[in-house]
Amino acid sequence: MLRSILNRLLGMMVVMTLVVTIVFVIVRVTPGDPAAVMLGPEATAADIAALRSKLGLDGSILEQFGRYVFDIAQGDFGQSIFLGEPVTTALAQRAEPTFFLTVFALMIATLIALPVGILSAYKRGSIFDQAATTIAMFAASVPSFWLGLLFIQFFAVKLGWFDTSGYGGPGASFADRLDHLVLPALALGLVSSALITRFTRASMLDVLNDDYVRTARSKGMSEWRVVLKHAFKNALIPIITVIGLTAALLISGAVVTETVFGLPGVGSLVVSAVLRRDYPVIQGALLVIAGLYVLVNFAIDMLYLAVDPRVRY
Amino acid sequence: MTAISVPLQAEPNILSRLITRPTAAVGVAVLVVIVLAAILAPAIAPYAPTKLSIASRLHPPSLDHLFGTDDLGRDILTRMLYAARTSLSVGFAVVIFSSIIGIVLGLTSGFFKKLDAPVSRLIDAMMAFPDILLAIALVAALGATAVNVVVALGIVYAPRLARVVRASTLVIRELPYVEAARALGVPTPVILVRHVLRNVTSPLLVQGTFIFANAILAEAGLSFLGVGISPDIPTWGTMIATGRQYMDQAGWIMMFPGAAIVITVLSLQLVGDGLRDLLDPRLAKGI
Repeated sequence: MLRSILNRLLGMMVVMTLVVTIVFVIVRVTPGDPAAVMLGPEATAADIAALRSKLGLDGSILEQFGRYVFDIAQGDFGQSIFLGEPVTTALAQRAEPTFFLTVFALMIATLIALPVGILSAYKRGSIFDQAATTIAMFAASVPSFWLGLLFIQFFAVKLGWFDTSGYGGPGASFADRLDHLVLPALALGLVSSALITRFTRASMLDVLNDDYVRTARSKGMSEWRVVLKHAFKNALIPIITVIGLTAALLISGAVVTETVFGLPGVGSLVVSAVLRRDYPVIQGALLVIAGLYVLVNFAIDMLYLAVDPRVRY
Repeated sequence: MTAISVPLQAEPNILSRLITRPTAAVGVAVLVVIVLAAILAPAIAPYAPTKLSIASRLHPPSLDHLFGTDDLGRDILTRMLYAARTSLSVGFAVVIFSSIIGIVLGLTSGFFKKLDAPVSRLIDAMMAFPDILLAIALVAALGATAVNVVVALGIVYAPRLARVVRASTLVIRELPYVEAARALGVPTPVILVRHVLRNVTSPLLVQGTFIFANAILAEAGLSFLGVGISPDIPTWGTMIATGRQYMDQAGWIMMFPGAAIVITVLSLQLVGDGLRDLLDPRLAKGI
């Protein structure tokens, strides 16, 4: 057990190091001089040199890398060029909408996917199963930003049920915030439910024919106890995996969805940083999000260890 | 379509077996229509894609303009046909580019035991970045052109293909015929190409179809955000981005390109599912 945890921990640290290196490389593959690109054609050589040093682009590539790793290790992600504040502050300020959007979308996706997936597998080949499978495939084909636009048009503009965009003013109540989150979370959650539904169905199909399910039935156990207690519990591992994976996909979806709904989250921060070539912000956001993903994966691996005694790393 | 027609020449009966499945047959048929429409765009489009007409700005769908006109009076149907060319070629190029990287990474990590750990960790690290986010960052670094969008998305999707190739290679490496080839003194590169690569084409084909679908969605997302292909070039994503500004008065501008994306991606998924059921019975559980 301890050995498995240590093995995984070591693997995670290696991956984390590679993530940090990849981000370093991405910012430096820019053709030409990023500082010159950011400042435009009218900049003087002195301005460019100043910005280069601010961006950490002066000195040899090894020096740059050393400084970069040293700063990150201290939690210093640099200064945003356009916001005039540290990248960590900018990210922290915009973390809340992204966090709630992702959590609500995941909740919506899971609440739809688990019952539909279980019932689909249980009634395999029925009209319900066919309809559910078709709808799931359809949902996976819809661009979430387009669905978001349709939602805005229908629920916000036509019916006037929700606010069309933003996150309420500063100091708005949580209910007001929630009002702004319903549509984006729904758009993102519906699209993401497809993957979890399909995996739940497949995983349940796998276990529903197993011996212990038949045994449970022959003991005269009620159907729903057989399905939920005996079958579902054993189908959980792939389902946990795919829910974790979906959480990561949601962050990607959030980038686009936040922009559609004007939510001031990390996603829209990154998009505006890209449009303004604010490299420190792009770099910081990549590091934080990929780092979180690696940590979540590690947590999922640990969860396996806890859920399934056969798992060893 | 082109995605599946390449290996079809090697195994001519895949397509005929594929279209015996009703859902896959629908997917293939729709894709054929879309690809033909894209190829024949200059011949069948009712107008020129850049023909401006201030008089017919924001016209709703009518007999003159089946899908209506946009803010500059350009015919939506015409632009959608031309957009299909860009969206489909970008998607297909992403499949090719990511396959090349994926095959190289997957074969080396799967075949050479010493390289497995480092390459696998690199793949893990690349998978840690959410796809759109990594693509945005790469396009931002490389510059927003169609070629760079392909490069960025190719890098984003390569790790998935690498994993598929690696998994198959690990199995094939231990098979008797590979051992026999090695005993006969066949050079390693030849073994890799002739014996290993040829046997990973099935999972690669299945995964490639899904990546085609994902790449179309991702390109649309990037173009919609304005961080992908230039807004002057019609793609389904840039058309939705334009339509968004006129959503209240002229919903059709974003409606039809969006529907085109849904139909294309759905068809690709149907074909991908059909291929998987056909080629990879172990996975054919409707995942």
